[in-house]
Amino acid sequence: MRRFIIATLFFVALLGAWQAMVLSGRWSPVLLPSPAAVGEYLWTALWDGTLIEAIEVTMRRLLVGYAIGIALGLPLGLLSSRFTFFEDTVGVLALGLQTLPSVCWIPLALLWFGQSEGAMLFVVVMGSAWSVAIATDTGARTIPPVFARAARTMGSEGFHQWTRVILPASLPYLISGMKQGWAFAWRSLMAAEIFVTILTGFGLGQLLHYGRELNAMEQVIAIMVVIVAIGLLADKALFAPWERFLHRRWGTGGTAAT
Amino acid sequence: MFETDAPRTDPAPDPDIDTCLAEMHPADMPETDIVEEGGEGDLVVDAVSKRFRTGRTDVHALDNVSLHVRPGEFVCLVGPSGCGKSTLLDIIAGLTRPDQGEVRADELVVAGPHRHRLVMFQEAALFPWLNTLGNVMFGLKLVRGLTRQQRVEIARSHLRLVGLEKFARANLHELSGGMRQRVALARALAPDPRVLLMDEPFSALDAMTREQLYLDLQRIREQRRKTIVLVTHNVREAVCLADRVILMSSPPGRIRDEFTISLPQPRDINTAEVASYASRITTALRNYADSDLAP
Repeated sequence: MRRFIIATLFFVALLGAWQAMVLSGRWSPVLLPSPAAVGEYLWTALWDGTLIEAIEVTMRRLLVGYAIGIALGLPLGLLSSRFTFFEDTVGVLALGLQTLPSVCWIPLALLWFGQSEGAMLFVVVMGSAWSVAIATDTGARTIPPVFARAARTMGSEGFHQWTRVILPASLPYLISGMKQGWAFAWRSLMAAEIFVTILTGFGLGQLLHYGRELNAMEQVIAIMVVIVAIGLLADKALFAPWERFLHRRWGTGGTAAT
Repeated sequence: MFETDAPRTDPAPDPDIDTCLAEMHPADMPETDIVEEGGEGDLVVDAVSKRFRTGRTDVHALDNVSLHVRPGEFVCLVGPSGCGKSTLLDIIAGLTRPDQGEVRADELVVAGPHRHRLVMFQEAALFPWLNTLGNVMFGLKLVRGLTRQQRVEIARSHLRLVGLEKFARANLHELSGGMRQRVALARALAPDPRVLLMDEPFSALDAMTREQLYLDLQRIREQRRKTIVLVTHNVREAVCLADRVILMSSPPGRIRDEFTISLPQPRDINTAEVASYASRITTALRNYADSDLAP
C-alpha cells in the first residue's frame, strides 16, 4: 500500500511539473499541450472508437508477429545451442541481424510486400525472432551439464529431454529473451506503422503519424501515453506471472516479488 | 585433475539397444524392496580402459580395470583425484562408453544409461524448476505401467524415508545442502534401481551434516537392500559405509588394492575401529602414490 502511494505521488508530481511548464507560458501550446488537452483528446478518441480500433489493429499485428517470431526464434536458438552446424550458420546470422535496427527492414518490406499487412508482419517478425533465438541459445548453453546427465540416467532422452529438461532449465533466460523480443516487436511495429501507410487498418503508430501531420501535439502525446501504458500492462499480464514463478522456484530476486 | 577438465560427454547410446535392455528388464515396481530374483544388482566390470583426448592432452583415465560387485554389496572406490574413479562410475552408469572392455549388469552388457542404475551426483543435480516432490517424481514418470496415484505414493514414501515428507511442496532453494542431497537420494531410490551409484555425494557438505547422512544412509540401506557403488576421496567415509573398499591410483587409473571391512553395521565414523582401518588404507594409498612417482 505504501509503495502504491509513493508511485501515485510520483506520477502526480510528474503531471504537476508538466502543468507548471505549460503555465509558465515559455512554450507555445502548439508545441507543448497541457495535460488537460491530452486528456480531452484521449476522452473523445476513446468514445468515438478511434482509439479502441487503433489499439485492436495494433495488438493484432503485434501478437501475430510476436507469436511467429517466437515460433521461429525458439527452435532456431535451441538448434544453434546444440549443433555446431547451426551455431556457425543461423547463430551468426541471428547475432548479426539482432544488431540491425528493425526500421532498416522497412524499405525492403515495402518493396517485397507493398503497402500491406504482410510488410507490417515481416518487420515485426524480423524485429523479434532474432533476439528470442539468441536468448534461447544463451539459456540452453548455460544449463549445467549435470542436469542432462541426471535426466539421461533416469531414462529421459530426445524429445522428452528437450521439453522436460532443457527448456525448463533455461527458463530464466527464455523469459528475459521473450521480454526483449516483446520490446523489439513493439518498437518494430511502431516504426512500421509510422512509415507504412496502409488502408487495411489504422494502428496506434498511424494515429501518431497523423497527429504529427496535423500538428496536433495533444494527439501525439496522448498516443505515446497509450503506447507506454500498453507496454506496462503487457509486461504485467504476460511476463509477471512467469517471473513470479521463477523467483519462487529459483529463489532469486527477493525484493521485486509480491 | 581430468575429473573437471576432461569432457564426460559421449555419443548418445544406441536407442535400440537401450529399448532392448528396457524390455529385458520388465518394470518390477513397486512395493518390494528385497531382491526377489537371483542375481539382481550384480555388476561386473570387465577389463575396462578409457582415454580422453582433447586437443593436445591425452589422459589415460582407466587402464584394464576389472571389478565384481555382488548383489546388495556396498563398494567404495577410493583414490586421489585423477585416478579415474568418477570415470569408472560414469561407465558403470552408461553415461560414458569404455574404449575397451565392458560392464555387465545382471549379465547384460551396459550400452547406455538405464533406470536400474541410478546416479546421485556430487553437486545437487536436482531440477530447480520443480519442487521437492516434482524432483522425486521425475524419474518415476519415466517408469511405465504406473498410475499417477501410485507414482505420487511412491514419491511420498521415499520422501518419508529420507525424513522430508513435510517438505514435499518446498522449493529447492528453501532447503539446506544436506536436505537437498536427501532429496537427491530419494529421487535416485524412487524408481527402485538395482544399483545405486554415488559420485562424492557428501563432499560439499559440512562435517555435522555429513555424519548425520552417514547414519541415515546406513539405515536406509538396511531397509532397502541395493547394490551401491560410492566414489569418494574420503577414506574414513569409505570405511564407515562400505563392505569393501577399492583402492585406485593414478594415472592411468588402476585398481591397486582392496580391503574388506568386517566391522558390524551400522558404524559410527568416530570410533577407533573405523579410524584404524582408515589409517591402514591411507598408508597403503600413500605407498602406491610414492611407488608411482619412483620410476
